[in-house]
Amino acid sequence: MKQFISFLRKEFYHIFRDKRTMLILLAMPVILIVLFGYAITTEIKSVQVAVLDQSRDEATTRIIDRIGASEYFELYKVLDSYEEGEALFRQGKIRLLLVFPPRYASSSDAPVQLLADATDPNEATQITSYATAIISQWKMERQSEMNAVTAQSPGGNGQLSAGITPVVHLLYNPLMKGAYNFVPGVMGLILMLICALMTSVGIVKEKEIGTMEVLLVSPMKPIYIILAKAAPYLLLSLVNIITILALSYFLLDVPIAGSLTLLIAISILYALVALCLGLLISTIANTQQAAMLVSAVVLMLPVMLLSGMVFPIENMPVILQWLSNIVPAKWYIIAVKDVMIKGLSAGAIWKEVSVLAFMVVVLIVVSVKRFKIRLE
Amino acid sequence: MNKSNTINLSGIHKNYGKVNALQDISLDIKSGELFGLIGPDGAGKTTLFRILTTLLLPDSGKASVCGLDVVRDYREIRRRVGYMPGRFSLYQDLTVEENLTFFATVFNTTIEENYDLIRDIYIQIEPFKTRKAGKLSGGMKQKLALSCALIHRPEVLFLDEPTTGVDPVSRVEFWDMLDRLKQQGITILVSTPYMDEASRCDRIALMRTGKCLSVDTPAGIRSTFSRLLLAVRSASMYRLLEDLRAFPGTYSCYAFGDAHHLTLKEESDAGVSSVVSGLETYLQAKGYTDVSIESIKPTIEDCFMALQPEA
Repeated sequence: MKQFISFLRKEFYHIFRDKRTMLILLAMPVILIVLFGYAITTEIKSVQVAVLDQSRDEATTRIIDRIGASEYFELYKVLDSYEEGEALFRQGKIRLLLVFPPRYASSSDAPVQLLADATDPNEATQITSYATAIISQWKMERQSEMNAVTAQSPGGNGQLSAGITPVVHLLYNPLMKGAYNFVPGVMGLILMLICALMTSVGIVKEKEIGTMEVLLVSPMKPIYIILAKAAPYLLLSLVNIITILALSYFLLDVPIAGSLTLLIAISILYALVALCLGLLISTIANTQQAAMLVSAVVLMLPVMLLSGMVFPIENMPVILQWLSNIVPAKWYIIAVKDVMIKGLSAGAIWKEVSVLAFMVVVLIVVSVKRFKIRLE
Repeated sequence: MNKSNTINLSGIHKNYGKVNALQDISLDIKSGELFGLIGPDGAGKTTLFRILTTLLLPDSGKASVCGLDVVRDYREIRRRVGYMPGRFSLYQDLTVEENLTFFATVFNTTIEENYDLIRDIYIQIEPFKTRKAGKLSGGMKQKLALSCALIHRPEVLFLDEPTTGVDPVSRVEFWDMLDRLKQQGITILVSTPYMDEASRCDRIALMRTGKCLSVDTPAGIRSTFSRLLLAVRSASMYRLLEDLRAFPGTYSCYAFGDAHHLTLKEESDAGVSSVVSGLETYLQAKGYTDVSIESIKPTIEDCFMALQPEA
C-alpha cells in the first residue's frame, strides 16, 4: 500500500509539473464547451430570406412581417422577379426564397413556394420547416379569427376548416437548443481523451525513457503499476466532469433534470472504459507519438463520428450503425442524455450501463493479459 | 548448481528475428566478484543483462541468479537484484530526493534504512537534492542512478554501461565506488565498452557480436598475448600506419592513441630482433627520421583486437 501511495504521488508530480499536460487537462473542457456553445452551433439563426410577392395583399404582408420578425430569419430583399432570386442564390446572399402566388389572400389554400439553398441539406431542411411552421401558424390563427367572426353572426355561411392541424410540443428541449445535444457529446469526448490518451501516453513514456525497465525489475506487482498509472487520471476526469456540468449549467443554461449522483456514477463507469482502452493502447504502442496517434485515430474519430454526437446514428448505413455499437461513447451519450436532459432514473438506462460494464470487464482482462511483465 | 556461483549461464541463445544477439553464452560468476562484460556496441551485453534481470526470455539455455531460475523464479529475482539500465532511467521531472524516495518505497524500504550503503555516493549529490534529476550533470546522474539501484541493498548489482557518457574523472571515481561496494559483499556485474576499465574488474569476459571470446582475469587475458608488441611513433602518424601495414613482416597494426601497436609474424625471440632491425631500415628507407620503436606490455584492448573471431 505504501508502494502504491508513493507511486500515486509520483504520478501527480509528473502531471502537475508538466505545463502542457496541465493545459490539456484544465483548459480543454472549457475551450470545448465554449467552442461548441458559441462558435460551432447547428442552430438556425438570422438566415437571409428574399420574398417574391406576386399578390401584395394584406395576407402576404403579414406573413412577410412575421418571417422578418422571427429570430431565425432576416428579410434580405423583396424581389420583383424570379430571376433576381436566382441571382441572389448564386451569389450566396440568401438561403431561402418565398414565392407567393397572385391573389394569395382570396384563395384559402393557395400554395406558397419555398426555395432553399440545399448545399447544406440539414440546414435546408430546418430552414424550410421553420418557414413552413410560421406560415401554417399564421394560417391557423386566421382560420380561428374567421371562425370567431362567423360564430358571432349566426346563420353566416362561414366554412369550418376540415383540415387537421397538428399541435407540436417539443419534449425535453422545448427551445431546441444545440447545447442539450453537444454537452453529453463533449463529456464523452473529454473523458475519452483524458483517460485513454493520457494514460496510454503516461505508460508509454515510462517505456520510452527506460524507467519501465527499472520498475519491472522491482518487487512491485505489474497490476499496481497499472493501477497507479490510471488512478490519477480517473480523479482528474472527475474534476473535468464537474467543470463541464457547471459550465453547461451556468453558462449554457442546460438543466440537470435527473440525479447528479447517477450522472457522475455513469461518468465514472465510462471513464473506466476509457482508462482500460488507454491501457490496451499502451501495451501496443512503444513510443509516445504512436500512442497519441492510435488514441486519436482509434478513439477520437469514432467518438466524434460514430457516437451520435455529430451525426444521427439512425441515418447511417447499417454497417456503420452496427459498428457504432462498439463505440463506448455512443452508450455513454445515450445514458447521459436520458439522465441529464430527460431526467430519467437508473432503471431507464440499465442497458447502457450493462454494455459499458461489460466493456470494462473485457478490456481489463485483455489489457492485464497483454501487459508485459517482461520487455517483449 | 554450484553454490559459490551467484550467476550461472549455460548455453544461452537469443535471436531478434534474424539477428543473433547471443550465441551459446556460458559463464559462471562467483559470489562477491566484480565481473566485467567488455565489448563494443552490438556485442550483446545489454541483451545478456536483460536476460539475467528477467526482462527477456532466452531462446534456449539456462540461466540462474542467486540459485534462482531467471524464467521460473523471476519474481524472487526481482526482489533481490539491483539494476541500472544503460539509459539514464530516472524521472527527469522529479528531484534527486524524490527519485531516491520513490525507488526506496517501490522496493519496500526507506532511505534511512540503508543509508549507510549509499552514503559515500549519495553524500556527493546530497547538496543538490532539491534539483530536478534532468538538470544534473552526467556524473551526478550516474551517482543518483547508482544510489537508486542500491537503495534496497541488493545481493547482485547489474550495471549496464554505467560509465558511458561520463567524464574521465567521474569514471575513475565510479570504479572506486564499485570497489567499496564489492567490499560490502555485493556481487557486481558491470558492462563497459571502455577497454581501459577492464583492469578494474576481478574477471572479465570479452564479447563481440553475441559471442563470448574469452573469460579470465585481466592479467590472465593479457598473458595469453603471445606475440611481441611494439609501440611505434613518428611525427606523421597516418602515413606511418599505412607504411607499417605494408611492411612484409607485419602481422597486425592498429592506431592506439599516440602510438601504433604493431605485432610481427615472427614469433620466436631469436627471429624477432632481426625483424625489428629490418623494420628500422625499412622505415629509414621510407624517409622517416624520428621513428621510435619500443616493446610494450599488451593491454586488454590489444588482446581484444588479437581475438578476431575466426571467420
